[in-house]
Amino acid sequence: MSELQLDARCMLCPMPVIRAQEKIEQLQVGDILSVCCTDPGAVHDIPAWCRVHGHTVLEIVQQEDEITIRIEVRDA
Amino acid sequence: MNKPRKAAALISGGLDSLLAAKVILDQGVHVEGINFFTGFCVEGHTHAIRKKDRARPKRNNALWVAEQLGIKLHIIDIIEEYKDVVLNPKHGYGANLNPCLDCKVFMVRKAQEWIERKGFDFIITGEVMGQRPKSQRKDTLPVIAHESGAEDRLLRPLCAQYLPETLPEREGWVDRERLLAFEGRSRKPQIALAEQFGFEEYAQPAGGCCFLTDAQYSRKLSDLWSARGERRYELDDIMLLKVGRHLRPRPHFKMIIGREDGENRFLEGYRKQFTHLVTRSHNGPLALLDGQTAEGDLNLAAQITARFSQGRDAESVSVEIHTTDGATLTRQVKPLRGEDIPSHWYL
Repeated sequence: MSELQLDARCMLCPMPVIRAQEKIEQLQVGDILSVCCTDPGAVHDIPAWCRVHGHTVLEIVQQEDEITIRIEVRDA
Repeated sequence: MNKPRKAAALISGGLDSLLAAKVILDQGVHVEGINFFTGFCVEGHTHAIRKKDRARPKRNNALWVAEQLGIKLHIIDIIEEYKDVVLNPKHGYGANLNPCLDCKVFMVRKAQEWIERKGFDFIITGEVMGQRPKSQRKDTLPVIAHESGAEDRLLRPLCAQYLPETLPEREGWVDRERLLAFEGRSRKPQIALAEQFGFEEYAQPAGGCCFLTDAQYSRKLSDLWSARGERRYELDDIMLLKVGRHLRPRPHFKMIIGREDGENRFLEGYRKQFTHLVTRSHNGPLALLDGQTAEGDLNLAAQITARFSQGRDAESVSVEIHTTDGATLTRQVKPLRGEDIPSHWYL
């Protein structure tokens, strides 16, 4: 299992979702991806994308204008 | 036992593609959604930029549709490839810079490539015959099927009864009798079907889901090409056209002026790429200066920036000008009056 970071700051939705999707396609079940974004829309869009693909959002941490979303890759 | 058939549905986030996918799902076909991001999509991010809109829902409608249907959604970045569609549309533009027919051909072609790669059997779209003046006419629907290469693997469940039988119908993967015969611009049949399916909420974007159908946006894009002397764009260009006031006071430069904190914060991300101006003596916007400046232009740019600050009625406003080579100049200027700004400066 590995934990990776994705810098999606200054990207507007849906680009953070697209970049997360591309990254997750390369990961294994059980891997963790932390996506750092600044578009508030990502708080809704990334979890929605995870729900339809069966991945798990472990936590969402918001600090001022930066949002970090930790995703566990599941067998989608 | 019959092999379960798989369809890729083009999901825009609107009602028609939601219904088309639902009609096919209900026939026992495995459906996954594809949503293409061109850079011109009208999405939640434009609301996210503007602070006053932050209370609005920021959901991505295509993802929301996928959740309602319980299907996977693949959002695909086609920004680079899409440029050729916008710049060189074989079938021309609609009322503005919208290359709707070429766009549909391109998207179905990308969907065709996707189903070949993923082992899916056919493509479905929410097209309705006669609904759009250019891309959804009886004579243009076959053009899309042919030029995309999808041919009879392209099924339009909402108006299939009016169209020749497609492969999924001939092969019995779907029952043609349970497909629909919607036509024209009325939305009543779609609304009735949504009610029948129990969809109480759905997006009905006014003016469609693409900025290229918007007259003001198209004017700004034309101005960009005209000022550059060539028709080209990068993602940052077309995103910036969605944000702020755009004024071109001189042929060789324009200004992008934030209208509120959310836009100012968005424009801050471009400070290193553009000369930018901020008012120091009064609260005011961040303004980017795009182009070349000649003698006197910086003063004019400072006066315009001051005009949109809280010092608009002051005798003098202090404006800082940060150039792209890292220099900072300070100018004391008298803000331009509203009547000093000709209407043709506004793009």
